[in-house]
Amino acid sequence: MVESENTFTEESGTESVHRGVKSMVRKLSDNDWEIPKGQVPKMRVPGRLFVSENLLEGIEPETIDQIANVATLPGIQKYSMAMPDAHLGYGFAIGGVAAFDAEEGVISPGGVGFDINCGVRLIRTNLQKEEVVPHIKRLTDELFNKVPAGVGGKSRFRASDKELDSVFLEGAKWAVEAGYGVDADVEHCEGNGCLEGADTSHVSTKARKRGKPQLGTLGSGNHFLEVQYVDKIYDREVASAFGLEEGQVTVMVHCGSRGAGHQICTDHLKELSRAVKKYGIEIPDKQLTCAPAQSKEAQNYFKAMLCAANYAWANRQMITHWTRESFEKVFGRDADDMGMSLLYDVAHNVAKLEDHIIDGRKKEVYVHRKGATRAFPAGHPEVPSAYRDVGQPVLIPGSMGTHSFILCGAKGSMDISFGSACHGAGRIMSRAHAKKEFHGQTIKEKLEAHGITVRATHPSVIAEEAPGVYRSSSEVVNVVHELGIASKVARVIPLGVAKG
Amino acid sequence: MPSQRKKYEYLEHTADIKFQAYGDTLEEVFENAALAMFNVIIDTEKVSGETEREVILRSPDMESLLVDWLSELLYLFEVDEIVFWKFQVKEIREEKGEYSIKALASGENYYPESHPFESEIKAVTYNQLELKKNTVGWKAQVVVDI
Repeated sequence: MVESENTFTEESGTESVHRGVKSMVRKLSDNDWEIPKGQVPKMRVPGRLFVSENLLEGIEPETIDQIANVATLPGIQKYSMAMPDAHLGYGFAIGGVAAFDAEEGVISPGGVGFDINCGVRLIRTNLQKEEVVPHIKRLTDELFNKVPAGVGGKSRFRASDKELDSVFLEGAKWAVEAGYGVDADVEHCEGNGCLEGADTSHVSTKARKRGKPQLGTLGSGNHFLEVQYVDKIYDREVASAFGLEEGQVTVMVHCGSRGAGHQICTDHLKELSRAVKKYGIEIPDKQLTCAPAQSKEAQNYFKAMLCAANYAWANRQMITHWTRESFEKVFGRDADDMGMSLLYDVAHNVAKLEDHIIDGRKKEVYVHRKGATRAFPAGHPEVPSAYRDVGQPVLIPGSMGTHSFILCGAKGSMDISFGSACHGAGRIMSRAHAKKEFHGQTIKEKLEAHGITVRATHPSVIAEEAPGVYRSSSEVVNVVHELGIASKVARVIPLGVAKG
Repeated sequence: MPSQRKKYEYLEHTADIKFQAYGDTLEEVFENAALAMFNVIIDTEKVSGETEREVILRSPDMESLLVDWLSELLYLFEVDEIVFWKFQVKEIREEKGEYSIKALASGENYYPESHPFESEIKAVTYNQLELKKNTVGWKAQVVVDI
């Protein structure tokens, strides 16, 4: 990284890859690049890429094309944008944000992704690092055993059809009412952990069958359950409103809607691929399949997507409950006594109907966030009352073994990015390459030498998710901080990680 | 040109997994694409068993049929808990502007604890999807979401 920083100049890059990317964008200011109309044919608006000059080097030309492709869709507002963790997705780039007019625009499953409401939550404790470190191996084992993970990982809970309906309609609220948490948990979720308007009649039998045994499971890939401690505070006032202080132990949960969400996306992509022909919408990539926002097909998808989003909130809520039980078992104390309360829960992959000011006028838009976090600033009515004076907590997970960040939504987000910020570090190395480059057991030992305990179902998962396969999350976070869309509040370091 | 003896190969993709499958016939390329997909999940050499599932599907075009075929196998893998290793596509037909497939997939009933799974596939995407016939046979390209 240091070498390329020194050799990188405005006029010419050191490698053909970033020379190519540089010729596709126009610098507007530090951290802000325009992808002009004409990058691909029929762009209705320009593209915008929020990255530092250094991060731009790592962006693939295909990612730029994907951002430009989204700009061709009907009803797109202002510009098609991507966050500093942008990388190649399918249809939409990962890190992509796009808003479409609620009447004239479209809804596209590709703008949400297969893992609907993949998201992150952070649980606070009043335990200090020193109290947890001596027990971290046992605690990580306990979490790994209590929360099913990995391919085919089945839940200890088997939902009935009636319960599954409630999960789809009520999300985290169902889980709390069923005994998996406390009322305050729900108040500290984006949208109170339940989006209104869900309709189970658009959820297929297949999606139900996949969803039933997986409710309350972590899954595989980049998903994790992590015990951490706060190692740095950037903003004391906001940190205090968030109930965070240095040395404090926190727990982060990163997972989504599992097979239910994957199947809902698969089913509706098929329906919408017919609709795209029916309504005569020209799309440059089949994965950008969409339909007019008010059409039956788009609304059916949207209502099913809301079911998956609610499922994901229920899923993370059940995992929270088992996390509390694990701490209770290891420390022999009550979860309340250990101050185990939810800081916040955010969605990374979702489409929502929101009001935004566009050209000085309030407008209803379908905001698609695919690998992006909502980042509403202080004063926004959707921010829970506890945080309304400082802004919504924005949780940015790092890769395994690296820092994660807690930010708060800042004023600029409403002007620049439809109230959105980045969602993670952004992958830079393929899984196949990672497996060749890294050895799971070696990575595990290295992390353990740094005081980080890792438990995974398979060593190859550790290799695939090694810290070196992601770009630095601190660089990504600095971009959104400098742009004024989300401000840095605190940084956490992992102590114990459970992975699928 | 890829040798037609090779059934499939994996290509570089930063975030997901991309593979190409080959075959002398359309039926064969569908079989090899399924094999490539299951080898992402597990080393299929280590799987045996003859639990069978019949797959009959209909799709508006050939490429969609490929996505639907792989998606159906993924669904059966998850719900019926069978890890497939042997595929026999009996027939792919075009009729009234639609494509249909009739196939058998065989595999082993699994218990998550007993199988060393490599990666979870979330879904089969339409991204960079290709299905083409060239002078040496058929080639399919598929990206799966991990």
